[in-house]
Amino acid sequence: MEATVSNTGTEGKVWGGGNEPLKASYGKMMMWFFLLSDALTFSGFLAAYGFSRFKFIDSWPIADEVYNHFPGLHGDHPMYFVALMTFILIASSVTMVLAVDAGHHMDKKKVTFYMFLTIIGGGIFLGSQAWEWTNFIQGSYGALETKGGQILQFVNTDMEEGDEKMHRVSVEDFATASHKERIQHKSKEGLWFTSESALPAYSVQDVVTGFNHKANLAVRTQTLMPNISELKASGDAESIAKAERFEKMYVNADQTGQKGVLTRAESVKALKDAVVYVKGANLIHNEYGNRLFADFFFFITGFHGFHVFSGVLINVIIFFNVILGTYERRKNNYEMVEKVGLYWHFVDLVWVFVFTFFYLV
Amino acid sequence: MGHDNTHKLAIFRGTLKFKSNVQKIWGVLIFLSIITIIEVGLGIVKPKSLTEWYPLGMKALNWIFIILTLVKAYYIAWDFMHLRDETSSLRRAVVWTAFFLIAYLLFILLQEATYIEGVKTNGFVKWNF
Repeated sequence: MEATVSNTGTEGKVWGGGNEPLKASYGKMMMWFFLLSDALTFSGFLAAYGFSRFKFIDSWPIADEVYNHFPGLHGDHPMYFVALMTFILIASSVTMVLAVDAGHHMDKKKVTFYMFLTIIGGGIFLGSQAWEWTNFIQGSYGALETKGGQILQFVNTDMEEGDEKMHRVSVEDFATASHKERIQHKSKEGLWFTSESALPAYSVQDVVTGFNHKANLAVRTQTLMPNISELKASGDAESIAKAERFEKMYVNADQTGQKGVLTRAESVKALKDAVVYVKGANLIHNEYGNRLFADFFFFITGFHGFHVFSGVLINVIIFFNVILGTYERRKNNYEMVEKVGLYWHFVDLVWVFVFTFFYLV
Repeated sequence: MGHDNTHKLAIFRGTLKFKSNVQKIWGVLIFLSIITIIEVGLGIVKPKSLTEWYPLGMKALNWIFIILTLVKAYYIAWDFMHLRDETSSLRRAVVWTAFFLIAYLLFILLQEATYIEGVKTNGFVKWNF
């Protein structure tokens, strides 16, 4: 049996094969390339978010006015909760990297302990995100939506000293729900093959009536105030006309970067276009402003949250494997812990960007 | 199995050296926390001088946020994900691919969105009914 050629004459040469130029195991390398593709997916989403935001740059919701809740506190507390979430995730990233380090020293006890802490951190983060979503979905003030999809919010024009802007007013504070003939049609009543979603708590007429009774209310639009003095100084006829139009329509035209509040007369006119009362957010309506805003929030934080969730699941599996001694027997310095560690840090990495582009910028 | 000698223990281009990998992890955590605190502080205060100054067409404050984010991403990838200890070819295969593709995508989409915004604001098409 000397027919088989086993010698190619390239042994020991670079092209002879068997080299490991990246000096990383197959599993670790594939984890890196998976993360690379996942990073591209996330940046696709974030770039799409940037696209919509740049498209509606003059009317995009202000993050601080949307995410302003903190557990146990009333009133306006932007930033604190999401900062807390960021710290939780960074902390769980640190416990993960400590677990990897302990694995390199084949210290089973420490790996177990740090993996456990990582899982707890992930759980707390998921709970926080659920809380954030709940507030976002339930909403706090309510608004009217016009036929063209614009959101009309309500503010109190009486300002106290030291207020930077007019305070929002909840629709529930001034509107009274009228008696309704119309009730929600469920499939168990009447026609069994049709049904409809819940009816809004107030009709448009209820809100308008309440609005007319209170002289200190005004409608706040989605439009962000441009720099009026700059427009006037530009010398361009179109810009000057725009500045004058804004000064006539909005009472706070001089407050650059804030949402425009209409004069009382303009408010009454704007309310004529309203078609539905909206509270909170879903994929179709939201009380915060542009519809795409809520869609992107649900989609991107949801996709990230799903990653965190699967990360916790994988961590739990690895945690039990560590306890059972699977990696102790493999004698490869707990490489599996290192691989899930990469995934877990990646989740943290994505959150750093989500945090910036949804809450800070 | 002493694996520890494979870690590079210096950050900030060698100005800050740690004695062990565990120490480096805590050092990086402190650094990342400081950056996050700065970000949150700026996000709450929003200094007028930074929100009214527009270098390269974007608020200075937003530039600061984005740069700090990239700094944070760098230290997470380099020290927590151990990219610092990998071969340069693996590091470049991952980082450069992502960097160039994302930069390209962002340029295309944001450029196009700015154009559409211009048409929407200055054009004669009514879009708010």
